[in-house]
Amino acid sequence: MDNSIINLWPLLGVAVIVVGFILRFNPFVVVVVTALVTAALAGFPVQKVLAELGTGFVKTRNLPLILVLPLAVIGLLERHGLRQHAQNWIGHIKSATTGRLLIVYLGARQLTAAIGLTSLGGHPQMVRPLLAPMAEGATETRYGKLPEALRYRLRAFSAATDNVGLFFGEDIFVAFGAIVLMTTFLHEAGVDVEPIHVAVWGIPTAICAFLIHSYRLHRLDQYIAKEMANAPSAASTTREGGAA
Amino acid sequence: MIFSITQVYWLAGLVMAAVAVFNLLDASNPKRWTTGLFWGLYAVMFLLGDKMPPEVVGAGVIVLALIVLVKGVGGGKPQVRSDAENKESALRLKNKLFVPALAIPVVTVIGSVLLKDFKIGGNFLIDPKNATLVSLALGCIIGAAMACKMTRESPVQSLRESRRLVDAMGWAMVLPQMLGMLGLVFSDAGVGKAVAHVTTTYINMDLRFVAVLVYVVGMALFTVIMGNGFAAFPVMTGGVGVPVLINIYNADPAIMAAIGMLSGYCGTLLTPMAANFNIVPAALLELPDRNAVIKAQVPTALGILVCNVFLLYFLMNH
Repeated sequence: MDNSIINLWPLLGVAVIVVGFILRFNPFVVVVVTALVTAALAGFPVQKVLAELGTGFVKTRNLPLILVLPLAVIGLLERHGLRQHAQNWIGHIKSATTGRLLIVYLGARQLTAAIGLTSLGGHPQMVRPLLAPMAEGATETRYGKLPEALRYRLRAFSAATDNVGLFFGEDIFVAFGAIVLMTTFLHEAGVDVEPIHVAVWGIPTAICAFLIHSYRLHRLDQYIAKEMANAPSAASTTREGGAA
Repeated sequence: MIFSITQVYWLAGLVMAAVAVFNLLDASNPKRWTTGLFWGLYAVMFLLGDKMPPEVVGAGVIVLALIVLVKGVGGGKPQVRSDAENKESALRLKNKLFVPALAIPVVTVIGSVLLKDFKIGGNFLIDPKNATLVSLALGCIIGAAMACKMTRESPVQSLRESRRLVDAMGWAMVLPQMLGMLGLVFSDAGVGKAVAHVTTTYINMDLRFVAVLVYVVGMALFTVIMGNGFAAFPVMTGGVGVPVLINIYNADPAIMAAIGMLSGYCGTLLTPMAANFNIVPAALLELPDRNAVIKAQVPTALGILVCNVFLLYFLMNH
């Protein structure tokens, strides 16, 4: 293909996926249809379109590993009460609230990721078996049984906290892939930078991320207090009337 | 090398094959045939994917999508123990329950940090190119052995538990890989070039602040489309970063790159395309709203993005 002519047709592929997500079609199907449409719009023949899908799928086989492999361990431990124990355990820490627990986890996740220990966390091996049950347990110990909607919200915040901590920690680690990618790309564009400088300049954003997300977790505690004061929970029904 | 990534793919393939067989044999699953076919096909792609012609794998991907389209992926009735039984063993095993779970990250870190360059008789113990994933696999095997011993359960039971959790996630588990595949198709089809072309042609970047805004917000938006910042970085940095911010406004490249990539990560927090971080946890935590994790992240991501605009604007010529 001539390099000076840019084929704008593949942009329609972007439109397909955006519309698919907005209309809430099944994402799995939307993604495969988008891949087919985009490859076809790029002018690939049928066989190449199929080969594109196949090659891409085989190349990305590493992505589900982190999900599949821990399941045997986590499943077995769940069968023997891991989540219940995580909830009980947090109940013994008197000062624990969901927000404070998640703030501590956020800081620990950012710091460990920043020294390259990115695998000390993650959704299948940390959030589902330990962090989310503890987040629920901390609130349950204080206020009694949780309404479903609030329980789901605490779980979503647990997953979100793991993401924020990982993302805004790992870029401070010099040997991380993203730093290599950035310096290599800039080098090819004729700009030379030291990896350590890129890593250091990730720190201001990392601090902002910690402050902003911690503030939101602090607000989450206030939200929980308000919700549970309004909810007719097991704990509050024992008192008659009660202050409105 | 002694432990390689290929063996890890085989291990995952065998787990998926077990999921397929358990589903096929399970009369309580009303969709046992299509579910078994889905995971069986997926297992074959893990076990033999690199030996099959890519066109055949591509056709297999379409079959997977067709099974999902006809809602063919389901699960059986999971045989879970009662709450009382759970509580009883929780009381009996107490903190011991944490040990196998924590063994996974600890072994992963030891393997990927300390044993990465370790050799036995001239052979690497762990594939140095894939040290983290291979160490993760070792951590999971060690963790599973510890959990079996402690709970006196058989390895087959641990596979049954894997199946229960895979059933709970359903096709969402394969979505990250599909999106990874789509990212590669996008870049082969030249979507990145087209986006950079459109951005630089239609936005006037004579103002320094506008240029910074386009770069930072562009990184985030393009990451929302592509699902990861690594795909967006070369496009936005090649299209706006180097020619405008560095060459015209003399930005420090290290600061620009660092803040640019982290703006991309703000986009990652916002998009279902980053399935591994956003959609899969929602399935894994059994949340009824697929987008619940994204919704919890929107204010944080937007707040950090605003900070990044000002950080880059004020720091880039420090």
